[in-house]
Amino acid sequence: MKVPREIDLSLVTEAVKGLLIKANISIGQDIYNALVHARDRVEESPVGKYVLDQIIRNHDIARSDQMPICQDTGMAVVFTDIGQEVVFRGGNLVQAINSGVEEAYREGFFRRSVVADPLFDRKNTGTNTPAVIHTRIVPGDRMTLLVTPKGFGSENMSALKMFTPAEGPEKVRDFIKETVAAAGPNPCPPTIVGVGIGGTVEAAAIMAKRATLYPIGRRNTDSRYAALEIESLAAVNDLGIGPGGLGGRVTCLDVHIDFAPGHIAGTPVVVNICCHASRHAEVTI
Amino acid sequence: MKYAGRIVTPLTDKAVLSLRSGDKVLISGIIFTGRDAAHRRIADSIGGNRPLPFDLNGQVIYYVGPSPTPPGKTCGSAGPTTSGRMDPFTPLLLDLGLKGMIGKGTRSSEVIDSMVRNKAVYLGAVGGAAALISKSITRMETVAWPELGPEAVFRMRVEDFPVVVLIDAYGKNLYETGPRQYLRDPAGRPGEE
Repeated sequence: MKVPREIDLSLVTEAVKGLLIKANISIGQDIYNALVHARDRVEESPVGKYVLDQIIRNHDIARSDQMPICQDTGMAVVFTDIGQEVVFRGGNLVQAINSGVEEAYREGFFRRSVVADPLFDRKNTGTNTPAVIHTRIVPGDRMTLLVTPKGFGSENMSALKMFTPAEGPEKVRDFIKETVAAAGPNPCPPTIVGVGIGGTVEAAAIMAKRATLYPIGRRNTDSRYAALEIESLAAVNDLGIGPGGLGGRVTCLDVHIDFAPGHIAGTPVVVNICCHASRHAEVTI
Repeated sequence: MKYAGRIVTPLTDKAVLSLRSGDKVLISGIIFTGRDAAHRRIADSIGGNRPLPFDLNGQVIYYVGPSPTPPGKTCGSAGPTTSGRMDPFTPLLLDLGLKGMIGKGTRSSEVIDSMVRNKAVYLGAVGGAAALISKSITRMETVAWPELGPEAVFRMRVEDFPVVVLIDAYGKNLYETGPRQYLRDPAGRPGEE
């Protein structure tokens, strides 16, 4: 029998902390490059170019001054894929992740934006915990942590719709377009749109969130879904919302779609919007 | 895109009326912060006839909940939050003399009507440009409700804070006129100009 691999949970805490500090301060190169390309090659609107230029300069300042890119340093969403041969030592996994979140937000001088009760007293937990944790058990003896601090200007503009089997890809594309149109300037365009299609309501929502984190330019390996991504991106950019919502060609940097097997009677579609500051970082331990 | 000019707070009617939707301007002077929780408390204070933490007359409110101030800095990152959540409270504040708002995102027709009636202006800072904006903030102090943390009311001194006039005192709205110029119909033809 194979000997399980031990991972000390202090490593998990350190990893989550490091990833959140990095993600909140330093944008991924793919997003940075896409913003520069949009400003220099795509955007026609003068005010749109101005907004893109401010966003790019903001990334430069955040990185050089070690300041958060956005004051909304989000709720910490943690995707963790855990090899089934891993055994954790030294405590409890959820606490270890939350300790990493708490330390990152304290030491990074990040805003704590989590309230303990969402409806009644709305009292801030003071630690930015708990994190939203999505766990998958996978083969192997490694553990992958993918974190994203999710801001709520864009989260608030996300949407769910249940489609009937008779409704085809055009209807899904229209729903994506309608969701982005209704969001207008509020989610801080140019956005990254993640779409989850199929499964159940919660499965589609998790797929959509993961899809917002794919690299710019990544296409679904199924050519039909890849085509839907490209068509949806064009449809969204035809809206003219533009950077900051002030009018322009670049409303969205990319649309990423994921799908899963679904039920014969219906198809949930979740459109999750991420602002231009799509902050995320990943490590395998 | 060139700057149309500089404005200094507190704002006079004349200064407000000189601004046009789409103008890019630099603001200097004192501004106050306030977002969801502070607006709720300001409205409650007005309703309960209690004094406000600052005189609204001629003032500008910035919708922001800054990140904590790191050692050696004036303030943390401080970009705009979505203004629409403050819409239910805004006409009340405009009636008491508020002249300017800085934020991002659309406003309700009630807010726009009240802005026209009260000669006020809605200015846009770039959402997500929070580290850059913090460079324009030269002083920050808590004015009221420190227990609200980032949602407290802060008095900020700003120098050349870059904003775009989103909705002017004549009701012209860049969120309508701007995107309309770049709208394309599904066949890819340009939309109405």
